[in-house]
Amino acid sequence: MKAGVRRRSRGPLLVVPSALWLGLFFTLPLIIVILISLVERGRAGGVRTPLVFTLEYYQRLADPLYLSILWRSVRIALVVTSVCVLLGYPLAVFMSRSLVRVRGALLLLVMIPFWTNFLVRTYAIKLMLGADGLVNSLLVSTGMVQAPLSLLFNEFAVVLGLVYGYLPFAVLPMYASVEKFDGRLMEAAADLGANLRRAFLRVMLPLTLPGVLAAVVLVFVPVVGAFITPDIMGGGKIEMIGTLINRQFGVARNWPFGSAMSLALMVMVVIGVLYYFRSGAETERPL
Amino acid sequence: MQADADGVSYIVELREVSKQFGETLALDHVTLRIRDGEFFSMLGPSGCGKTTSLRLMAGFDEPDAGEIWIGGKRQAAVPAHRRPVNTVFQSYALFPHMTVFENVAFGLEMAHVAREAIRRRVGEALEMVQLPGLESRRPRQLSGGQQQRVALARALVNHPQVLLLDEPLGALDLKLRKAMQLELKALQERVGITFVYVTHDQEEALTMSDRIGVMNGGRLLQVGAPDEIYENPAAEFVADFIGETNFIPVTVVGREGELVDLEVDEGVRVRALDESGLAPGDTATLAIRPERMLFESGPPQPGWNRVSGVVEDVVYTGAFTSVLVRGPHDLPITVRRPNENFQERGKLHRGDTVGLAWRQEAGSLFTGRRTEKGAG
Repeated sequence: MKAGVRRRSRGPLLVVPSALWLGLFFTLPLIIVILISLVERGRAGGVRTPLVFTLEYYQRLADPLYLSILWRSVRIALVVTSVCVLLGYPLAVFMSRSLVRVRGALLLLVMIPFWTNFLVRTYAIKLMLGADGLVNSLLVSTGMVQAPLSLLFNEFAVVLGLVYGYLPFAVLPMYASVEKFDGRLMEAAADLGANLRRAFLRVMLPLTLPGVLAAVVLVFVPVVGAFITPDIMGGGKIEMIGTLINRQFGVARNWPFGSAMSLALMVMVVIGVLYYFRSGAETERPL
Repeated sequence: MQADADGVSYIVELREVSKQFGETLALDHVTLRIRDGEFFSMLGPSGCGKTTSLRLMAGFDEPDAGEIWIGGKRQAAVPAHRRPVNTVFQSYALFPHMTVFENVAFGLEMAHVAREAIRRRVGEALEMVQLPGLESRRPRQLSGGQQQRVALARALVNHPQVLLLDEPLGALDLKLRKAMQLELKALQERVGITFVYVTHDQEEALTMSDRIGVMNGGRLLQVGAPDEIYENPAAEFVADFIGETNFIPVTVVGREGELVDLEVDEGVRVRALDESGLAPGDTATLAIRPERMLFESGPPQPGWNRVSGVVEDVVYTGAFTSVLVRGPHDLPITVRRPNENFQERGKLHRGDTVGLAWRQEAGSLFTGRRTEKGAG
């Protein structure tokens, strides 16, 4: 009894560290961003003082120019997410079915890029795709193409760079799910007359869906707001919502507009993810 | 389906089947014919190859050599999902994301059975395993025994030619297991489907089976009805693995027709039936069941053997009493008598010298001296 009372009285205290942490690094910055988005911009960045409240920047979001950039970001993110999941799932299955020793090495290979600076990785792949880069010199020297292909500064390059950067985020959660999957269930399905395709669709996929759902969110959310990769791989020609926001806080010196755009993106992603998880949870329970 | 000269038809045939996993030979030239409609058990210790045989029949693994025939068709390169068999897995392998109904309906759905027929047959199958009313539950909401019944229904609902069962009762507690043994046997007789039942529990095999195949070390040692296997074990391993057996090392000293004279110890001789053609000088092992031995103080009667020993322990076990006796050469010999006609029980005490008797044809004789218990 005594221990129970003490635990109860101490309970609220235990929340303090995480509440402080969240307040300081999440709530407070968010409030600041919201505040900035609602006031007029300063000439050289920042905000105009004294503060003048306005909804102007939110109204500007409806401009077709920005809507088309937003649509492009969503489209690229969808493509990148699909490619990452479609490549990552078989890789996760292969890893989980490998011998324990091989499995460790494969996991390491997937994770090594994490330990390398993101910029360095992106520049490396950019070098490979250049007119005199590895890919083109191989293609030309083997005679597969006459002249170097322009592989850079287009949407393809951006997608490639993003897939390369975010594939591990897809592989790891799917690996965790697939690894837990009991392979004997596939034998049971085969025993009951299911060929490989139907056994996969009816048994393995539903049971590993949590990993796939996690992979989709882990890739889609950062990619839709990505700004470094589209900047480097697109050479400034492929505008995504992330590069646009980045520019408002940089050269455009329009903090309020950048803040409004950030918040709009955040609200969209949060609503999207919530909706997605709800429908995902439903498909997990068929009939 | 293959039929032999006696008109018996065989639903499953293994012909010289071998299977290797890495360094271990899991199956070593196994030839086996399982009759249509029988309850056939594959019995042996773990690693003897019984589960491997089952997996080869199901199509989960392919044999390295030999042929497997099911229902008169050779199963080479026939994938698991096209074989006319269904399996009840040791772990049940129920689909955790599906309800009981969906689990049982799975096979019918794969076979494109009409929705109405599925509903009816699933209902019948669940009734058959005495599980009606649980259709909408999930596997994790069921007890082990209920899961076991769902696994059974899920397999039987497809009317397979052969039902393969891989130690399906292994995870149940003793009492439930005993009840399920009788229920499974009754179920098998009712549906008339051939059951191939893998188990390491000799009592289970003896209780349920029409015939038993005893395996050890990847080889099939003996196939026969339970009483045949128990009364006339074809190999020392069979005698040892099934039931309790006294092993007595002997040397052949003479022969008279089918009977051989055996020396247990200097001056101690017994007789036994021998069909393997042992010659004087050969070493052999005589196996006698504990319940085949009697206490007999008089001189041996015609057709009987008699040796003497010293009582070491008397153990009362309810229906039976086991008496441990030190025989010639300090050999431990167990005698088991039913208590209702065991008048000597109260008179036996540790240290008493007693005479043990058994009929000459009651023992089984194996060539060579006995290897270590449980070897192989």
